[in-house]
Amino acid sequence: MNIVVVGLSHKTATVEIREKLAFSPTQMEKPLSALLAIDGITEGIIVSTCNRVELYVTTRDIAGGIARVKRFLADYHHFPLETLEQHIYAIHGEDAIRHVFRVASSLDSMVVGEPQILGQIKTSYGYAAEYRSSGIILNRFLHKAFSVAKRVRTETKIASSAVSVAFAAVELAKKIFSDLSDKTVMLIGAGEMCELAAKHFLNSGVRGLMVTNRTFERAEKLADEFDGKAVRFEDLFDQLHKADIILSSTGAPHTIIGAGDLEAVMRRRRQKPMFFIDIAIPRDIDPAVNDVENVYLYTVDDLQEVVASNLQQRSEEAKKAEDIVSEEIGQFFKWLSSLEVTPTIVALRTKFDEIRRVELEKTLSNWKDLPPDGQKRLEALTNAIMNKLLHPPTALIKQAGQGGRTDLYVDAVRALYGLEVGGSGQDEELELEE
Amino acid sequence: MNATLFYVTFALYMSATAAYLVYLAKPSESLGKYARCLLASGFVVHIVFTIHRYVVAGHTPITNLHESLSFFSMAVVGVFIFIERRFKIPVLGSFVTPVALALMGVSSLFPSAFAPLNPALKSKWLVFHTVVAFLGYASFAVAFGAAIIYLMQERFLKKKKLGGLFQRLPSLNTLDEINYRCLTFGFPLLTVAIISGAIWAETAWGTYWSWDPKETWSLITWFVYAALLHGRLTTGWRGKKAAILAIIGFFVMLFTFLGVNLLMTGLHSYK
Repeated sequence: MNIVVVGLSHKTATVEIREKLAFSPTQMEKPLSALLAIDGITEGIIVSTCNRVELYVTTRDIAGGIARVKRFLADYHHFPLETLEQHIYAIHGEDAIRHVFRVASSLDSMVVGEPQILGQIKTSYGYAAEYRSSGIILNRFLHKAFSVAKRVRTETKIASSAVSVAFAAVELAKKIFSDLSDKTVMLIGAGEMCELAAKHFLNSGVRGLMVTNRTFERAEKLADEFDGKAVRFEDLFDQLHKADIILSSTGAPHTIIGAGDLEAVMRRRRQKPMFFIDIAIPRDIDPAVNDVENVYLYTVDDLQEVVASNLQQRSEEAKKAEDIVSEEIGQFFKWLSSLEVTPTIVALRTKFDEIRRVELEKTLSNWKDLPPDGQKRLEALTNAIMNKLLHPPTALIKQAGQGGRTDLYVDAVRALYGLEVGGSGQDEELELEE
Repeated sequence: MNATLFYVTFALYMSATAAYLVYLAKPSESLGKYARCLLASGFVVHIVFTIHRYVVAGHTPITNLHESLSFFSMAVVGVFIFIERRFKIPVLGSFVTPVALALMGVSSLFPSAFAPLNPALKSKWLVFHTVVAFLGYASFAVAFGAAIIYLMQERFLKKKKLGGLFQRLPSLNTLDEINYRCLTFGFPLLTVAIISGAIWAETAWGTYWSWDPKETWSLITWFVYAALLHGRLTTGWRGKKAAILAIIGFFVMLFTFLGVNLLMTGLHSYK
């Protein structure tokens, strides 16, 4: 049995194409059952996120399976197959396993190490399990992918650093304050970046938010949106001491907060640290503010630099992650092969043994003057012949299993001896242990 | 037997220090655990060493430099283990265990022979006065370690050099908190040590205070930490200022303990 991956991602298709081929996560029953209805497809999972649409299936016939899944994807979304062909990839065997392990470990993501993808795959798998479109192989495969992703997460620092400016600001704040739950954020002015950062801080559990703006109505509007408190711009220096983290992005042509202004503020705060983030261009906050004791000033450029170095670190960690993935592929592949090999060997042996016993019984029932130990000797003789005959093919199949070329031999043996092997290994515990 | 216990402790502290230093460069949960175990087992052997010495000598083994340096080291490790359990920052060990190890190293340079107790020290105050004093010293030593890290982190943040070391060290707030906790623990102990010393002096020498160098320097140490505590409580001295004072205080304290014994002569010079 082969694992096949057919799909497209941010690396091969634009968002316009991806959204045309996406599956709605709330209505997975229909596509999953349609997928299973395809001839030769025994198991299937559909992963559909904003960055990728991928189908993981198992099939005996690789080429045919791939062609049929591609057609299914095109037909299902009424999308021209010729156009789809330009964006789609189809891989099988070891490459397919590597691909899914990498995707789950967030090594194939647009932002390497982003944590969402694993959850998305788990959800997709949840649907497949619910609608029973995944079976023994994909169950084990996906669980393995999750454990690989977990290993990557714990053994490398791939996801440990912030890769967006807003996240970097939150991380830095934690390095200053450790706990943000009793901290207050102040927004001076408005702007997309500023609001995004404010959202990140709120998500990290800061206690409160203050908003000030030259136009008080705008401050009130924003404060409403964030469930914060609006402050009049004239009262800025009266209220500033209440803020621990200040995000500033006004359109002022000159700085609005200078180092001198902070002396009184810091005294009122009893020297508790302050963290200024200046998002405005030109700057809102005098660079000399950074020299005030217990005050830390970062500009967008500073944060961008943090992000750049984190990304650099991530790409180094990604190399370690790739090694982990490679390690795990071998193990899984061995299991996958054993799924086919063991039942085939068992069937082959059973068939031979059956013939041997039937023939032996025939002979024994007619043989009247057989010496007392004759039956035992005949038993041993036939057994020895059978084992000698079976040894080379058994060894060959096992060896092929290790090298990942099972199907050729397994199929040949099954055809040659007319073996009937139930499913692809009914017993999940079957393992090829030498 | 006693020397063996000493060197086993020494070896365990040395391995723990090495583990903590590697942890600083390349932290991992298992290494942290390993370092903690090494240090804890060193601490246990150290306690056995001290008890053994107490039994053999028949008095509290804090009567010469070999003994008191070793006891100081033990107290530092004890206070560190306590703080580490509370704040869960193994990386502090990379800065505190070297101090404990150095104290053991210096201790090993002094003669370890058992000597009859100096008659002046034959008092029920000996245990109380010295144990309290060393516990105070030990918490100042941990505060010193936290202060060094604080200054590093503060500099990284101001200069915006946010490399790997910055990521591995704890937050400013945590470090400042440790500084404060150690101060509020150590300062009362130091105060009690000075007062109990004065009472003992009255019974032994007939006067509460004779301005002997040890007494003078203890008072200077007390003033440094009193200033730090006062500044913290009233005008909100914290962060860098508090860290610098904790470092100054540690060196003054070290001089009170060692410098006075080695460089000056007075009633407290027990070598």
